[in-house]
Amino acid sequence: MATIMEPTIFELSSPGRTGVTMPASDVPEVALPPKDLLRSEFPLPELAEVDVVRHYMKLSKFNYSVDEGFYPLGSCTMKYNPKINEDTCRLPGFLYTHPLQPIETVQGNLVLMYELQEWLKEISGFAGMTLQPAAGAHGEFTGVLMMAAYHKSRNDSKRTKMLIPDAAHGTNPASAGMLGMSVVTIPSDERGNVDLKALAAACDDTVVGMMLTNPNTLGMFDEHIEEVVALVHKCGGLMYGDGANLNALLGIVRPGDLGFDVMHINLHKTFSVPHGGGGPGSGPVGVSERLLDFLPSPLVGIVEEGDGDDMAPLYGFVTPKHSIGRMKAFHGHFGGGLVRAYTYISMHGPDGLKDISQYAVLNANYLQARLRGTYKIPYDRICMHEFVAEGSFEGSDVRALDIAKRLMDYNFHPPTNYFPLIVHEALMIEPTETENKDTLDRFADALIKIAEEAKTQPELLHNAPHITPFGRMDEVKAARELVLCCWLPENYETLT
Amino acid sequence: MTYIPISPNERDAMLKTVGVKSLDDLFDAIPKKHRFPELDLPPALTEMEAASLLGEMASTNENVREHMISFLGAGAYNHYVPAVVDHMLRRGEFYTAYTPYQPEISQGTLQAIFEYQSLMTNLTGMEVSNASHYDGATATAEAVNLAYAQFRGKRKKIVMSPSVHPQYREVIRTYTQSLGLVEAGDEVSADLEAGPEALMSLTDESTMLVVVQYPDFFGRIHDYTKLIEDAHAKGALVCIVANPTALLMLKTPASMGADIVVGEAQPFGIPLWYGGPYLGFFTTKKSYVHKMAGRLIGETVDNRGQRSYVLTLTAREQHIKRERATSNICSNQGLLALASAVYMSALGKTGLQQVANLCYQKAHYAASELSKIDGFGLCFSEPFFHEFVLCCPKPASEVNAYLLEHGIFGGYDLGKDYPSLENHILMAFTEMNSKQEIDTLVEVLKEME
Repeated sequence: MATIMEPTIFELSSPGRTGVTMPASDVPEVALPPKDLLRSEFPLPELAEVDVVRHYMKLSKFNYSVDEGFYPLGSCTMKYNPKINEDTCRLPGFLYTHPLQPIETVQGNLVLMYELQEWLKEISGFAGMTLQPAAGAHGEFTGVLMMAAYHKSRNDSKRTKMLIPDAAHGTNPASAGMLGMSVVTIPSDERGNVDLKALAAACDDTVVGMMLTNPNTLGMFDEHIEEVVALVHKCGGLMYGDGANLNALLGIVRPGDLGFDVMHINLHKTFSVPHGGGGPGSGPVGVSERLLDFLPSPLVGIVEEGDGDDMAPLYGFVTPKHSIGRMKAFHGHFGGGLVRAYTYISMHGPDGLKDISQYAVLNANYLQARLRGTYKIPYDRICMHEFVAEGSFEGSDVRALDIAKRLMDYNFHPPTNYFPLIVHEALMIEPTETENKDTLDRFADALIKIAEEAKTQPELLHNAPHITPFGRMDEVKAARELVLCCWLPENYETLT
Repeated sequence: MTYIPISPNERDAMLKTVGVKSLDDLFDAIPKKHRFPELDLPPALTEMEAASLLGEMASTNENVREHMISFLGAGAYNHYVPAVVDHMLRRGEFYTAYTPYQPEISQGTLQAIFEYQSLMTNLTGMEVSNASHYDGATATAEAVNLAYAQFRGKRKKIVMSPSVHPQYREVIRTYTQSLGLVEAGDEVSADLEAGPEALMSLTDESTMLVVVQYPDFFGRIHDYTKLIEDAHAKGALVCIVANPTALLMLKTPASMGADIVVGEAQPFGIPLWYGGPYLGFFTTKKSYVHKMAGRLIGETVDNRGQRSYVLTLTAREQHIKRERATSNICSNQGLLALASAVYMSALGKTGLQQVANLCYQKAHYAASELSKIDGFGLCFSEPFFHEFVLCCPKPASEVNAYLLEHGIFGGYDLGKDYPSLENHILMAFTEMNSKQEIDTLVEVLKEME
């Protein structure tokens, strides 16, 4: 019998226990709907509030988090999330506004959204911006829909091919796939740039565009970015920028200035919206002039000009002329995403934003320099906000996975591993700007020590982690048995 | 304000280790003419100044707790959120963690989401739930994607009831615009008074999915059992978009035979927040699990024999399947799934049933009082839960403008989406609406000229 670290909320239930209760009804009682419309069973847990608090407190302690320590997960930008964001996003004026209330009664929200749109345009160099997409992947889907709509509006129906570098995030081909496009993979050259010859060969009049992450997932800024953009534009394609790695570029370069036509921005990476154990994120999308009319509807705009004096403009919603339509209900991740990002940008200003990227890049290069010699760095040049090392050693059966798990014993979150796919046993390391030199040194020391352990005590790595409350999981069992939910104990017999 | 914890001396030492002279030297790969743009942004604020600025912006709004009486619903509901919910969400261990890729140090998130999945399957009666979608609308669009994948694109028709939330139908159309689907059922001319059986004549052997809402957008409770039997006889799948609060009282969609049950779980512990982030739930039958998008958590054991949880069936997802994945979703609404799990646990069986009953009672009291006013009446005669359509003697926009002057958000103006319902308002009632508020509404409307 397996040990149960913490019972499930269903196992903790005890019939007749009550938690938070509601006031008695203050209106005359009416009969319920006919019985054949009512549910007869109610298989939900019964607990007191203290049971609930102790349960979730116990669970919270099984998590590793940025608030607790270093979380160098490549391409995920696990930076410190300022606490003030948590307070501003919970101001009653934001919490208790309904998405359908008249615009005259929510000007505070609409001004915030409008200004955030303008700020993000300025930071990224784009002509238009939608705040509607709910996450990075949702933003990508929005962008690809706009690219398709643009070609369609020009009766350019031959375009069905999306060019995607081999270093790309998996969401890029998946987004193109959602529209039935075919994906052409473009290889990287030996310096981690897009292979220009291969790109030139793939560029023809069937190209929808190219989806490029720059800096890419190797942490490399493409040294021929202007040639790449020119090649794609010359064949009539559009340039999509995956903004997952924007933390390297604030005040450094604006993707719009480089010629990108569309890009999503992960507010939950670059602009300090916390990741929440897997969301909610927020993925605004910027576009160049020629895609303005295709933005999703509605956008926040000025619906009545002010007089520049006492009377402020009236903010409201506008619909672009050839909009691809609505991407989700209501107006985007206002409270949890937009308010936090607005707070963060307002506290940084132009110089503060540039500092973010400069120090994110410094920290990555510092770690890369400390690890060079111990770990192979396959694309070894000045990196941007992240870099990729190989997690294997000649003559050893230790793998990147073992190194990742062993790092937990040193109380660090592991880097992203086995991605990008073009690096053997990849360890993708993104320290972010919110780590101090001592933390980076301790992390580098741990990785160097682990490299030593790989030679002398490989079993220590194969069986890691050792000091965490849980050991390695049987993932095959999970996928084979597919136990995806639990029930109240008394319901197990009837339902399983 | 900066959050960078590096002193100038430390910076210089680090630059030396890297082998460059200055921070700017790290950016030689960037084309020179575009390097270091001057950004035209307001100067940086301190935390104290930012707190004050945001406070002012928030207080410019009229909110439904401090200033206004509100009967707005239409997909976002003003419910009470017990204090314990936000206290748990504010644990840094939960909200500053990433997606649980490393299960050994993410069991907190993994078990909490596994329990969320379990709460949703028990609520809907379905067999599996994923870890969430962005909102109710995108969850519904993903149901269409599932059906499309299930029939490998060979069936191309979707039948949609006109009483599915208009924004949800719009999102379905945005999502599927390149798939060449045929849509039927929700034309402008559709008879809004017709029951669900009207959709049966539109369902045929080319139909992949029938989409209905429960209670529907107008608040009506339909039993979809016959519709589902008919669709199944023709080989089609049926998706029910359900309101979770209503499921605390009404028979489950699973008991009617639904294949997919999705919806918006915002009513379960998530603030109105001007429309988001909310929580799309997605539940289905086990046989469709491989076609389902989104993250999924399964039970297993660790190498010490302890029961534990992992992300499972990841081969369905974008990072493995790339362009052959059903969806590109990765980040979802993890923290809000936790919120709804805490909400359901804290209220429990008793509290949740009280919420549902209060919603039902208040709405029925309001309906009965409003019907007594000359010129006003209920538009439909079917049973309803906590939302109904009020027929007014003049355009809804005028009635709402009049109510606004009296500090009341009357409800959703249905004329915006349904030309034939220009004089109709969709009104929602929850435990937050006191008898006094309802009486005020009635008094104010009685005096309308």
